Amino acid sequence: MTDLPVLYPPRPVVARTATSWPWLLAAALALLATAAWGQGGARQTTILEALLRWGPLIFGGFLFNVVTSVLSMALGTALGAPLGLMLIARRRLPRGVGWSLTQFFRNAPWLVLLFYVMFLLPFELHIGGVTIPLPDWAKAVLGLSLPVAANVAEIVRGGLQSIPEAQWSAAEGLAFGPFQTIRLVILPQALRRMLPPWMNLYAILTMATTLISIVGIQDGLTITRAAIAAEARPDLMLPLYLYLLLLFFAYCYPIALITQALERRLVVRG
Amino acid sequence: MAHALGPPVVVLRDVAKSFGAAAVLQGVSLTVHGGETVCIIGPSGSGKSTLLRCINGLVPVSGGSITVAGREVNDPALDRVALRRDVGIVFQQYNLFPHRTALQNVMMAPVHVLKQDRAEVERRARALLAKVRLADHGDKYPGELSGGQQQRVAIARALAMAPKVMLFDEVTAALDPETKKEVLVTIQELAGEGMTCILVTHEMGFARRVADRVYFTDGGVIVEDGPPSELLEAPREARTRDFLDKVL
Repeated sequence: MTDLPVLYPPRPVVARTATSWPWLLAAALALLATAAWGQGGARQTTILEALLRWGPLIFGGFLFNVVTSVLSMALGTALGAPLGLMLIARRRLPRGVGWSLTQFFRNAPWLVLLFYVMFLLPFELHIGGVTIPLPDWAKAVLGLSLPVAANVAEIVRGGLQSIPEAQWSAAEGLAFGPFQTIRLVILPQALRRMLPPWMNLYAILTMATTLISIVGIQDGLTITRAAIAAEARPDLMLPLYLYLLLLFFAYCYPIALITQALERRLVVRG
Repeated sequence: MAHALGPPVVVLRDVAKSFGAAAVLQGVSLTVHGGETVCIIGPSGSGKSTLLRCINGLVPVSGGSITVAGREVNDPALDRVALRRDVGIVFQQYNLFPHRTALQNVMMAPVHVLKQDRAEVERRARALLAKVRLADHGDKYPGELSGGQQQRVAIARALAMAPKVMLFDEVTAALDPETKKEVLVTIQELAGEGMTCILVTHEMGFARRVADRVYFTDGGVIVEDGPPSELLEAPREARTRDFLDKVL
């Protein structure tokens, strides 16, 4: 079986947190509204005005976070899947290499990895006669995809190892090779089990994309901070940040719901 | 049973196998001829299942030699696909692929490993399912079939490779008495048609009726062997007598 915690999330806790989120947020909103109300009618309209003025810009920045998350997830999965295969290799060398990479990138702070990639890579690559520009967003995608890859590797390993050993024996007895066995027998069964933790990881990654604002990329958080600085109004901080929080919530909460639904279906079938 | 013995198909000479310090097989020799049905009996942990898995190379041996249809199994340059095409194996827990229907389970290896024509394989697979009396169950998933039905699909799946030898690893141990019988009848028919069969089994009644030869193993060696009438009725060795007293 697996020792991967992300494969078997503490279900009751997840469910409770997820269902209480909307209530918590509604409560926060109400609190904020009353605070604004208490400060007088003139202030209240300026908050609305500020939201109308900056909202579309912040939303554009948030979309950049979404694009970054999709690209990082795609790259992280493409790198992590073969890494996961290496983790279950029979031979010691690929297993050792896979294990070292996975452990290193899983146990490093995402932000430090991001800094490392941002400052390690040049702004363009020369391969042969071709010059490939490396804009900051591309480096950020790569930087975020490294810890994602390590976590995907663990999800893949856990999923593959959750399929009983007997399935391997049966396939081997029918003359399947190891890659045929993975492709035709193990993976189709394991994918269903990998999907929920993979989506869970994606939601975590999406929220972590705000880290790229620290390395100077114009994401939702950067623009929100710029808006607050431009207005020079500390009391706008809470509503504008709350707006950004709600955007992320509106995107990630449905993912959490679908993940839970998938997990319930797996439990029923299993 | 009353068929003439063919040439040797499976020959084990002095086969040894140890897992770390634990010696599971300590010099096993036996010869199975074409068309013969052989039962291997013995207490749990006597290395019976390991012995079977060595024959199709699922478990590499530590010493000695195994030849199947003239092919040396303990050879680094062994053609594993060819060996496993010649040797079908059926497991105690059926081990069907749960995400594929019964028919697809039977078709998978010929289509994907042997690259045979899909239509032709399907025709053969349906005939095999009919042979194990599951003609109407081809489109069901393993989870929708009873244990006995699943086991018969597993037999059809192994037969789809047109093997020269069939290995049965305690195939009825997980079944209840009624479904046990339908599986044993299927194996008996197979043996009657001249398929070479090697069974690890606790079904003494079946061994007596169907086996040409019975081997009793204990402690990683073959203690004695002979026709079922002799070994089961009048064992020569004290250990065999002891075991039979307990199980009969």
